[in-house]
Amino acid sequence: MRGKIHSFESFGTVDGPGIRFVVFMQGCPMRCQYCHNPDTWSCSAGTEYEAEEVASRVLKYKNYFTGGGGVTVSGGEPLMQAQFVCELFTILKRSGINTALDTSGVLYNEDEPRAFDELLAVTDLVLLDIKHIDEAEHKKLTGHSNKNILAFARYLAQIGKSVWIRHVLVPGITDDDKYLYKLKEFISSLGNVSKVEVLPYHTMGAVKYKKLGIDYPLEGVQPPSPERVKNAKEILKITC
Amino acid sequence: MTYKAWEGFVPGKWSDDEVNVRDFIQKNYTPYEGDDSFLEGPTGATQKLWNEILDLSAKERAAGGVLKADTSIVSTLTSHKAGYIDKNLEKIVGLQTDEPFKRALQPFGGIKMAEQALNMYGYEIDPNVKEIFTKYRKTHNDGVYDAYTPEMRRARTAHILTGLPDTYGRGRIVGDYRRVALYGIDYLIEHKQQDKLNMDGDMTPDKIRDREELSEQIKALGDLKKMAAEYGFDISRPAETAQEAIQWLYFGYLGAIKDQNGAAMSIGRNSTFLDIYIERDLKRGVLTEKDAQELIDQFVMKLRIVKFMRIKEYNELFSGDPTWVTESIGGMGVDGRTLVTKNSFRILHTLKNLGPAPEPNLTVLWSKNLPVGFKRFCAKTSIETSAIQYESDDLMRPEMGDDYCIACCVSCMRVGKDMQFFGARANLAKCLLYAINGGKDELTKDKKTGKALQVSPMFAPISGDGPLDYNEVIQKYEQMMDWLAGLYVNTLNLIHYMHDKYSYEALEMALHDTQVRRFFATGIAGLSCAADSLSAIKYAKVYPVRNEEGLATDFRIEGDYPKYGNNDDRADSIAVWLVKTFMNKIKSHYTYRESVPTMSILTITSNVVYGKKTGNTPDGRRAGQPLAPGANPMHGRDSSGALASLESVAKLPYEYSRDGISNTFSVTPASLGKDD
Repeated sequence: MRGKIHSFESFGTVDGPGIRFVVFMQGCPMRCQYCHNPDTWSCSAGTEYEAEEVASRVLKYKNYFTGGGGVTVSGGEPLMQAQFVCELFTILKRSGINTALDTSGVLYNEDEPRAFDELLAVTDLVLLDIKHIDEAEHKKLTGHSNKNILAFARYLAQIGKSVWIRHVLVPGITDDDKYLYKLKEFISSLGNVSKVEVLPYHTMGAVKYKKLGIDYPLEGVQPPSPERVKNAKEILKITC
Repeated sequence: MTYKAWEGFVPGKWSDDEVNVRDFIQKNYTPYEGDDSFLEGPTGATQKLWNEILDLSAKERAAGGVLKADTSIVSTLTSHKAGYIDKNLEKIVGLQTDEPFKRALQPFGGIKMAEQALNMYGYEIDPNVKEIFTKYRKTHNDGVYDAYTPEMRRARTAHILTGLPDTYGRGRIVGDYRRVALYGIDYLIEHKQQDKLNMDGDMTPDKIRDREELSEQIKALGDLKKMAAEYGFDISRPAETAQEAIQWLYFGYLGAIKDQNGAAMSIGRNSTFLDIYIERDLKRGVLTEKDAQELIDQFVMKLRIVKFMRIKEYNELFSGDPTWVTESIGGMGVDGRTLVTKNSFRILHTLKNLGPAPEPNLTVLWSKNLPVGFKRFCAKTSIETSAIQYESDDLMRPEMGDDYCIACCVSCMRVGKDMQFFGARANLAKCLLYAINGGKDELTKDKKTGKALQVSPMFAPISGDGPLDYNEVIQKYEQMMDWLAGLYVNTLNLIHYMHDKYSYEALEMALHDTQVRRFFATGIAGLSCAADSLSAIKYAKVYPVRNEEGLATDFRIEGDYPKYGNNDDRADSIAVWLVKTFMNKIKSHYTYRESVPTMSILTITSNVVYGKKTGNTPDGRRAGQPLAPGANPMHGRDSSGALASLESVAKLPYEYSRDGISNTFSVTPASLGKDD
């Protein structure tokens, strides 16, 4: 089947382990204030590709994946095109490629807990982005509740899926110690999380907003200081 | 034959009446698989000397780029008295002239260039020197211009052939300077004399030239002895200590740069050779690690202050004042042992002890089998200094063996066994425009008519308003490449004939085997621009926009097209085709002195200047905009990430571009991944 894709990155080094081919899907329901890829939001943009076609692109780089690398499907929100991603991963698993899904989990629904099971069966690692642990703050930041996201995290724990948690550190919004400890508590309760990544907020996305004619919601917010980043990493560090 | 200097060395073919440095290395070196923890910092003397050099550098910059210049003494091996930075502190001595930072006068390549360079910095050439070199002594440059055809001159004026070594020294020849240390001059002279005796029989012009050249070589070796004697050293015998080995070797190199102002004056592959002497001295207890590092630091310091008097345009072309003192480091032996020694570490460690610098151009011959400790040290030093060049030993070793070095930036040659005739570049992007316009230049005017200069013979241009037909363009392009390849090779034949005649590198060639393999090193520029242009013509619609003369001076593109640099075979296969096609055309011509034709794709900075001389191209590039460096994709068109871009470049067939393929690739540390 065909999927709508924003772009490809053949040398992804920050989205999962090793060197990864990253597929950026087009379309996202979230409107996170710090999003640095607003050009992936719209569901009407992007280029359509067959899953087979994307898979053959990925496979060209197989030799580079020897150090634990593979493919990461990011976005946008890949779960919006779960069937396509499922087909892509299924093809790639046949060639032994490591698969990672970089998602917010917002499309998960507790009423249909098994909706993504087929996709998860061919996913080796979920990079789950928890934007904010606090429900009210989460709504402010993303326009959505975090209920589904946390439920998805618990579901992944339940089925024993390997997960990395990612958390963007924005001064004044997500870097309050109180919330960081609360997030830590939640992560510790899961048991399937092998890594927590603190991603310092940066302003490199601002120029894209300008291009798209959208007001930049975090105008004037500076990246966190190295000390605050270190602090967040310390708090969130996985201790086995 | 044996010498006191060879005590403690394992004998072999090298000591059995042969000149065979590789055999000496193989029998005697100690591979090192450890880490960098043994390294020492700079000594006080080194720091003090280096500060004096920094001070002189600052003064040189303040003076506008040249601190002092010799205007009357023509540089030869023996032209100057000994020069020092600070005699009491220097462990390795020898300067190009009698004072540090004083540039030598080297007019054998061309008196005009030498005079111009002096004038540009406010100096006047001694009228006597000018008279000698215009009235009585012909230069390389004069010889070339006496023989140039009108067509060659036009191609040069229009810059379809660029960077031809016709007004300056060709460079790129690397003497085996290690021979001076290992054998001493007398042994080398004896062997050359024997070679000359053996060179008998019918006195064909070639044989006469060979005999004359051998005599020149022998004289140059004698002069090198005199040069060293000026500094108080007797290099007629082999070096006996590590300090002497470095000193002897450096004298060899110093002789070369006093003799030649070459575009690239690379030094070879020396660090592992020198390690053998250092190891011997360490074992004998006459040298400490601190001493060893001091010798290497001070040796490198000398290589950092190699300077030539050059015109400002030359510096503009190369974005600086490069000397390309390339030292090749590490690599693997054909027997599977690594050629990394402790001295491979020491020479890279100079980047820390003296701070980062572009010269000498420290080049690591990289193999996936290099010891982990060395790989880590390279990575660490690269991160700290951004001053190491890497080249694929795994790619070059099968063809070149394990005692080759890099001349300039990517050109590989077996040390002392290969030389090359350096050959500038043919601009393939401009050649495509010639194919479309029947050989009229899109930017250069004919001075007589005021119209576009007809550079090639009058080929039929592509007529009509388009869109351009791919097959027709390819057909005409092939014809134009036929013409260009022929003209290019013949131009170089002529240039190198004259260089041999009027500016022969006697010392450098004395440090080669007499039976030397010669490469005929051609090059191309504008590869990605030409490939994208052809891709545009094939996959989009390209309409020529004509000027009042009917010349296609611009192009309108309808639709999109695949671009080289995205690992897309549709575009990449065109680039591959270009490389193979042009190289095959080069190969079909006679090359001077039975040289082996090779090709390079390696413009590293000159692509900017070449772009200035190239009009609008069918890929949408605007006139004057830079071409991409070397084999790089056009700037910003590789939109699928680094690996896709690198994979495209990696498709270019090395066997058709033996003289090297370069890809300039900048990356921020953060984009290589996270460090936790």
